[in-house]
Amino acid sequence: MSSLLKVAVIIPCYNEEQNILKLFNEINSTIFSQNIQVTPVFINDCSIDNSRSILISNNIPFIDLPVNLGIGGAVQTGYKYALRNGFDVAVQMDGDGQHPPSELEKILLPILQNESDVVIGSRYITKEGFQSSLLRRIGINYFKWLNQCLVHVTVNDSTSGYRALNREALRLVAGYYPDEYPEPEAIILYSLNKLRITEVPVTMRERQGGQSSIKTYKTIYYMFKVTLGILFLYIRLKFNGKRHTI
Amino acid sequence: MENVIPYRLQITAIVIALIFMFFVFRLITKGKLREEYSFIWIICTVLLLLFSFWRNGLDIIAKLLGVFYAPSLIFLAAIFAIVLFLVHLSVVNSRQHKQIKDLAQELALLKKKMHKD
Repeated sequence: MSSLLKVAVIIPCYNEEQNILKLFNEINSTIFSQNIQVTPVFINDCSIDNSRSILISNNIPFIDLPVNLGIGGAVQTGYKYALRNGFDVAVQMDGDGQHPPSELEKILLPILQNESDVVIGSRYITKEGFQSSLLRRIGINYFKWLNQCLVHVTVNDSTSGYRALNREALRLVAGYYPDEYPEPEAIILYSLNKLRITEVPVTMRERQGGQSSIKTYKTIYYMFKVTLGILFLYIRLKFNGKRHTI
Repeated sequence: MENVIPYRLQITAIVIALIFMFFVFRLITKGKLREEYSFIWIICTVLLLLFSFWRNGLDIIAKLLGVFYAPSLIFLAAIFAIVLFLVHLSVVNSRQHKQIKDLAQELALLKKKMHKD
């Protein structure tokens, strides 16, 4: 990899007024290697709290969605932005402070060394830091098993939103990215498009404030929706035999 | 098979079918209904009119298909048509969902570009 690596850190925000400024300051105060230039890009997904005014009054660069698109649509906006503005890598980072910026270089490394197209920061490889609830761990193991069955790729933490994509992966997700709960489904998308996926261990924290996008009563719907999404995406990609473009 | 339906009922059916047809055509000419969706409604009105005039039609078709109780054929056909149309609407809805998402993203990216310059 030559000279400067331009990295867009995409942070989808829906009602994250408590976390935005803290996260922005943390990214800015983190010291990265000389050859990495990090640009945070917040995506305000039509928050109904003070997120927007906090972003404006603190001069934080952000993209303002006119309607609420949900996590998938918001992240995809960031991916499109990164692709069109010549960034080499886009890193998705949760807006709730679960993903520490100090771990950023760990997930950039495989792309930097051109060993991987997609890097997923996982909290389950080495059991350090916040490990989340039992129910979520059951779900994650289920998706791990489903991915192994379908595409023979082992991803321990398929719901992790801390991921880095190079330009080849960005071109793919700019064309299609799942809407709701996109993370497990996206792994199928990447692997069936022959992208190299690497998982690296990162330490995560408990969310700093605000509400998780996955509430307990929605877990069953989540599992059902994602399973269906994965299966249909698999069938569509597997039996069309070409790159996925909708 | 003569006079299975009273004439008064037949006239009512024809009048209702005609009113429905007029209503659909008015929607199309006023531009409130796109041609691609009007197609199915035109077929519906034509069928309504056809069976209003063709008095034994239902019985004949029911016999042909081996349906014992002719009126149940109406319900079968109607429910089938409704389900089919609902699936069609879901497809349309999904397409519009994607179009709206793409438009919102374009708009947001343009806004971002505008503020930068």
